[in-house]
Amino acid sequence: MTFSPELESRIEKMLTSYPPGRTRSAVIPMLLYAQDEIGAITQELIEEVARRCGVLPLQVEEVIGYYSMLHKKPAGKYHVQVCTNISCLLVGGEELYHHASEKLGIGHKETAADGLFSLEEVECMGACSWAPAVQINYDFHHKVTPEQLDALLDGIRQAQRVQ
Amino acid sequence: MLYNEPSPLEVKVLSKRFGLQNSASLDTYLATDGYKAFLKAREMTPEDIINEVKKSGLRGRGGAGFPTGMKWSFVPRNTGKPVYIVVNADESEPGTCKDRLLMEYDPHQLIEGVMIAALAVGAKAGYIYTRGEFRYVIEILEKAVAEAYDKGWLGKNIQGTGFDFDVYLHTGAGAYECGEESALLESLEGKRGIPRIRPPFPAVAGAWQSPTVLNNVETFCAIPPIIRDGGDAFAALGTPKNGGTRMFCISGHVNKPGVYELPMGFNMLRMINEVGGGVWKGKKLKAVIPGGSSCPILKADECDLPMDFDSLAKAKSMLGSGGLVVMDEDTDMVKAALRIMKFYAHESCGWCIPCREGTSWLKQMLQRFMDGRGQSTDINLIGELAKNMLGRTFCPLGDAAALPTISIVEKFRDEFEAKLHVAAGSYEDANRFVQIV
Repeated sequence: MTFSPELESRIEKMLTSYPPGRTRSAVIPMLLYAQDEIGAITQELIEEVARRCGVLPLQVEEVIGYYSMLHKKPAGKYHVQVCTNISCLLVGGEELYHHASEKLGIGHKETAADGLFSLEEVECMGACSWAPAVQINYDFHHKVTPEQLDALLDGIRQAQRVQ
Repeated sequence: MLYNEPSPLEVKVLSKRFGLQNSASLDTYLATDGYKAFLKAREMTPEDIINEVKKSGLRGRGGAGFPTGMKWSFVPRNTGKPVYIVVNADESEPGTCKDRLLMEYDPHQLIEGVMIAALAVGAKAGYIYTRGEFRYVIEILEKAVAEAYDKGWLGKNIQGTGFDFDVYLHTGAGAYECGEESALLESLEGKRGIPRIRPPFPAVAGAWQSPTVLNNVETFCAIPPIIRDGGDAFAALGTPKNGGTRMFCISGHVNKPGVYELPMGFNMLRMINEVGGGVWKGKKLKAVIPGGSSCPILKADECDLPMDFDSLAKAKSMLGSGGLVVMDEDTDMVKAALRIMKFYAHESCGWCIPCREGTSWLKQMLQRFMDGRGQSTDINLIGELAKNMLGRTFCPLGDAAALPTISIVEKFRDEFEAKLHVAAGSYEDANRFVQIV
């Protein structure tokens, strides 16, 4: 398996970041960055990461089920994550999540039929003082109102149509 | 751009570069006393550095509040093994959003703090473990680390001082549990984030079984000011045994939520009313979670106290991670308890049975109240079940789930009673009828 040149150089750096013989340490970051490029964790990727880190595929497999950001099912091109944890809950995070769910027509960890959006009700993302917070892929959005969320999602949809 | 307006009551020590143009750049850092503390520390003995940190009264900013200087002094010397510095940047305690800012606005301050820790314990490499969701923060750190290497502030023979030091960035992939130090180390080694049995503590057997200094981002960021201006000066900012300032994160029902740097011991009510702009919509204060969702809740009449580790402990709560979650008079406390428990049930790593089973049972019982199917015996059972988790797990997640729950049930019992299931013709039904009449 080969990755983009950027990811290849990142992986090369990862593998030399840890003490000699400790390449297992690179498993989680390697999976995360490769997943970002491929879209999901495939069997082929598991075996590739295992080979490059010098561990068993099982040792790669066992972390996938543990870390919430790693997934075998492809998410949408835009993964919409709405926090409903305590600080967000107090200022409308739950309503915002339901609003997003209705607007996109999908539920928790579901992907829309056209593959453009997926939705997840997430735990605290570290934006409590600027709640309610939403992350779309890796981009943070703070103090989000339902109207602002509509505008964000509509903007993405429109940009897609233009492309 | 800052996320919230600063408050005139702030004492800016760690956050003094917030808001400066290009505050994350090496040039800005060097122009504002940057790396001076490292050069000063290079002239000091490791013992002197540790003593200065001890004098500062700095206590771990991740939540436990352990004295930092003492933690460093536990690192054994001459074991023949390399010593590592590990930064806990896995900020995920609900209510907490300060480390993100410290890294975003002033990444070199963190790097310098790590370097000084390395001088104190003889380390040659440091790892910054950042939660995976903070991708843009990782990019800022990558840029800062690259710049530091480029200008000779990292790598071999730093600034001709003969000191070699490397900083590596590592990312998690979504797991609250990895903010616990031993689980973080497991994760750094490429495994599931499951806590280790201690002792041995990380100071003796940490990353790859080597002696390791592991501290929170904010703790490391306090080191350059401490070394530069002296431990006594830092200590004087706070209260006895609670040195310095702290990045407080105010969230929830206030007019001006935000992250503010205030002296340790700052009065909590003043913090809510004068810094946070008071409870929103002119409502009354009902309760406060003082330091992240793991802390026992305080009722409004218990909040007139100094925000430091010892005062909060005396009030039977914790200063924790500095995340102040403010709740107004209309807050549904059962709902709040349920949301907090849902979080812990989701994040329990499943290693210890009292935590794995306890969190999921508590979640179900609290859900039952929210669904209007609560039984009167459940109220005591929730408290008892939670108490049975205390101290029976390898890491503090079990306690973190139990403590807020116990306090909410004890302090807001009436709200649970109001949600009891009322079956036709039952005693409760009759009793309620009598009360209404």
